[in-house]
Amino acid sequence: MTRLSGGLIDRSQTLSFSFDGKSYGGHPGDTLASALLSNDVRLMGRSFKYHRPRGPLTAGSEEPNAIVELRNGARQEPNARATVAELYDGLNARSQNSVGSLRFDLLAVNDLLSPFFAAGFYYKTFMWPKAFWEKLYEPMIRRAAGLGSLDGQPDPDMYDKGFLHSDLLIIGAGPAGLAAALTAGRAGADVILADEDFLLGGRLNSETHALGDTSGSDWAKAALAELASLPNVRVMSRTTIIGAMDHGIYGALERVSDHLREPAPDTPRQTFWRIYTTRSLLCAGATERPIAFENNDRPGIMLGSALRSYANRWAACAAQDVAIFTNNDEGHRTAEDLLTKGVRIAAVIDSRADAPKTNRYEVFAGSVVTNSAGRLGLTSVSVRLANGETRKVACQGLGVSGGWNPNVHLTCHQRGRPQWNADLAAFVPGGTLPPGMRVAGAAQGILSTAGALSSGAAAAVAALSDLGIKAKAITLPKAEDTPFRITPLFHVPGKGRAWLDQQNDVTVKDVKLAHQEGYISVEHLKRYTTLGMATDQGKTSNIGGLAVMAEMTGKSIPDTGTTIYRPPYTPVSIAAFAGRSAGPDFRPTRLTPSHHWAAQQGAVFVEVGMWLRAQWFPQAGETTWRQSVDREVLATRKSVGICDVTTLGKIDVQGTDAAEFLNRIYANPFGKLAVGKVRYGLMLREDGIAMDDGTTARLAEDHFVMTTTTANAVGVYRHMEFCRQCLWPDMDVQIISTTEAWAQYSVAGPNARKLLQKIVDPAFDIGNDAFPYMGCGDITVCGGLRARLFRISFSGELAFEIAVPTRYGDALMRRLVEVGQEFDAVVYGTEALGVMRIEKGHAAGNELNGTTTALNLGMGGMVNKKKDSIGSTLSEREGLNRPDALCLVGFRPVNHADNFAAGSHLIGKDDVANAANDQGYLTSVAYSPNLGHTIGLGFLKNGANRKGETLRAVNPVQNAETLVEVVSAHFIDPEGDRLRA
Amino acid sequence: MHDLAALTPLGGATAKTETIGAVQIAEITDRALASVTCRAGQAKAFATAAKKLFGGAMPDPGHWTAGDPFGLIWTGPDQWFAEAPFASHEDIARLIKAGLGDTASVTEQTDGWVRFDVTGATVVDLLERLCPVPVRRMQTGAATRTLLEHMGCFVICRTTAQAFSLIAPRSFAGSLHHALSAAARSVA
Repeated sequence: MTRLSGGLIDRSQTLSFSFDGKSYGGHPGDTLASALLSNDVRLMGRSFKYHRPRGPLTAGSEEPNAIVELRNGARQEPNARATVAELYDGLNARSQNSVGSLRFDLLAVNDLLSPFFAAGFYYKTFMWPKAFWEKLYEPMIRRAAGLGSLDGQPDPDMYDKGFLHSDLLIIGAGPAGLAAALTAGRAGADVILADEDFLLGGRLNSETHALGDTSGSDWAKAALAELASLPNVRVMSRTTIIGAMDHGIYGALERVSDHLREPAPDTPRQTFWRIYTTRSLLCAGATERPIAFENNDRPGIMLGSALRSYANRWAACAAQDVAIFTNNDEGHRTAEDLLTKGVRIAAVIDSRADAPKTNRYEVFAGSVVTNSAGRLGLTSVSVRLANGETRKVACQGLGVSGGWNPNVHLTCHQRGRPQWNADLAAFVPGGTLPPGMRVAGAAQGILSTAGALSSGAAAAVAALSDLGIKAKAITLPKAEDTPFRITPLFHVPGKGRAWLDQQNDVTVKDVKLAHQEGYISVEHLKRYTTLGMATDQGKTSNIGGLAVMAEMTGKSIPDTGTTIYRPPYTPVSIAAFAGRSAGPDFRPTRLTPSHHWAAQQGAVFVEVGMWLRAQWFPQAGETTWRQSVDREVLATRKSVGICDVTTLGKIDVQGTDAAEFLNRIYANPFGKLAVGKVRYGLMLREDGIAMDDGTTARLAEDHFVMTTTTANAVGVYRHMEFCRQCLWPDMDVQIISTTEAWAQYSVAGPNARKLLQKIVDPAFDIGNDAFPYMGCGDITVCGGLRARLFRISFSGELAFEIAVPTRYGDALMRRLVEVGQEFDAVVYGTEALGVMRIEKGHAAGNELNGTTTALNLGMGGMVNKKKDSIGSTLSEREGLNRPDALCLVGFRPVNHADNFAAGSHLIGKDDVANAANDQGYLTSVAYSPNLGHTIGLGFLKNGANRKGETLRAVNPVQNAETLVEVVSAHFIDPEGDRLRA
Repeated sequence: MHDLAALTPLGGATAKTETIGAVQIAEITDRALASVTCRAGQAKAFATAAKKLFGGAMPDPGHWTAGDPFGLIWTGPDQWFAEAPFASHEDIARLIKAGLGDTASVTEQTDGWVRFDVTGATVVDLLERLCPVPVRRMQTGAATRTLLEHMGCFVICRTTAQAFSLIAPRSFAGSLHHALSAAARSVA
């Protein structure tokens, strides 16, 4: 049959689309499913396990069957539901799960082998041999299951994230949601009204009931026009509220461009919103459920409500003759609507003996459908009449109405358990709802239009009243208010396979088998049979499965258990969760003051946390990184090198108690540090383990500047805020980060002073007497720019760190390079920095690794016992002070040509390399161009007293071992003459 | 006078301004900044000194106040940022410390931060895509600290629904600008 009359589609435009390579036409307003049905295409996919032919069961997001692939190439999207895929011109869709063609699926043989594929078949069949699982069984099963495919290219689209705030979030824009939104919107509250559909109105667009003197869809249209005019109301179509999270936060997926062939330039495909709302109102409606019977999965068999939606909203029906199978009055509504549209009603099979009587169509009261026929689509159903007789009814369509399940999902997201309502034979919201949530309309179990409208308006009034906002319920139009009458029937007993969960191919028999094998709990039932899994999450099947299990156990449905729900309500792509955090923009990057200069020099950068630091600066002719690093190290030790050290954390500490504060933070004393001096400090955690180290300069009696390692800058600052605010709130101390305010460069090497003298203004004497090792002070450079100078050294050379306001950092680097030419100055990167600090035996992050103490680091004496400081007491723990405690020492290869790697473990010369014989490990290893061989720092048991010993550095990961000698950690200038020069 | 040329946080010689759709994103570099923290037990003396120096009371939590030459932004408990024209107040920390004496700790922050002024009809739509604070509800005079695309920053409402300043750590300038312009294109 072609299109019916009417419908909410735009017939003035025709859209062309293809399905499985064949072209069809549809109209704006169509979904892929409605357009296919109007083209007489009922067969839209193959089932997951048995590859049975399937067509749409529903007309909404609960669809288990009509699962397709959309688009091609990088935009190919698997597992899309044809029932909600909005039609656009050029849409390309393909069926999933078929091997060969959709009509002649080769794996349909699975259907004949079904006795072997019952519930639990994976567990029973593929357990042996174990090694076969990954290599053979799993790939085979995945191929057969074939849940769509991707083409492997990166997703070309953008995804946004965002944050919204509201007084009242209304979830669902059917009659209840619209009445609530009008009520709250007119009262001036901040309202968000969200609905997953592209046409708002819910069932008002699918039913023929009048609201007052207009149609339901016209009433919805007018309501939406008014809402659009209210600045305090945000109406979000194509937006699914996917979860109710903690603290009034809701996740919302807005499909901004999914209805277009591709997003407009610079426009996201989807936006994932986080909505903060004080109150929420769930108006998510209800989902109709099927009645299971033998072969109830043929294309053409769908829910009665879906038949009405297709006919009334989309003017589509894929059958000339339609039969109805119902256990409630809804089936008769379907028959009336279809008759009005000119569809023939073959019969209404009503399981109730007291079925309504009519002369408009044939009614079989007290009867049930027992089977169906038709290979690729329904041709007839078998009906068992009240008198026991069986009759065959020819039809191409069957509308099944088994009752309504309120969409309670979001009420369960915080473990609320729904309650059984015997009148509806369904679960309704119950127990503890997420804080601030109310429920109205069909989601609450109120199934009439009038009830939906009035409960929505009333709930909005109540929600706003909580917030102190006075609202008046809108004047409601006169609407359908028929009571709901149902006699529960979940499945028709029979010998063949009756499908409960069509997406997972779970039958009534599977549930019975689960019961027989002891999987009685609902959670076990789900996992054993896969009932309710996959993209539809059992929206049409869970209650049916539960009903069968209840029957088997002889208990009532609520006593058998309730399934509750987790987010997301419908599937969300990972890309939407990621938003803009993809590829190079995964996280923001921080650039140093000399970054632009370094980039111009062709520096190779390394990520250090979020920072990009220059790792080395390759020069013409250098072919390996080692050549660059060796050159930078040698030139620095020979003359002078410059390095950007801005990334080290700088924390400004002020206040009358600043010195005492540092005394407590650091293990070593700071109280008597003179103004104009710098001291190295070691910070412990409360448990006595080393936390961070750095230098702190005293700029004034009540003013210090602390440096931290780059990696721990934030953590140390947080720790200090905790100490200041929580441990010692009475101290007068103020801290603030000043890391980025100053561009700070290390100038190191025998000619460091000479180089600096070229830029430091002559008024400032930086000679060794006026500015000795560990001195600091305010100076000016380059003719008056304020700067700070610290005489500290990480390399072991005569070294300074000079800081200027960051905006001048680029110019200062260029100036230092320019005036440094005279001294063959180099700029060095983090690799050379690392080599030189290992040569000097300075501990860094590799040594301050969260397991080591001051004692391990060879700095046990720094933990001052004349004062109290964080970690001091617990550093005295017996276990941390054993005579054979690990101690930081140096290592060099016995044969200088040999290498070894950081991470290697230290094993006695003749011992077996195992954990029992482990004597320590290497933390930092580098090639020293000054010594001409590999050197290392590491922790060795009782290392301080073992210099000269030979051990093996064992590296089981790379299957290597090297004989190493224990030496002092200070490879270069152990006396410290250079840095005091 | 020294002879070192300044670079803007975005790495240019001059501040960058661009218009995307209805939004203008302007890098602001002509303001000096200093943090001002009231010292323990000095609340009263600080209030008096601050009023004299700044010409008004310090803004309440969640607020900022305009002034000449000092604008004040609340940044945390007992802590504010003072902003003033860079040309006349490059040495802002010393100037403020001289006025507040031992009642406050003052730290130069001028180059610690990058500031973008984002203005235009769709500025709220843009900011809703980046930060969790309720920008749509912020009134002129509101200022708060928040996260914006993983970057800690201040959001300052200069004019309700029209003009905002964003102040973030300077090293993030490029990433913040990227986030702002990407969101601006999203809502254009």
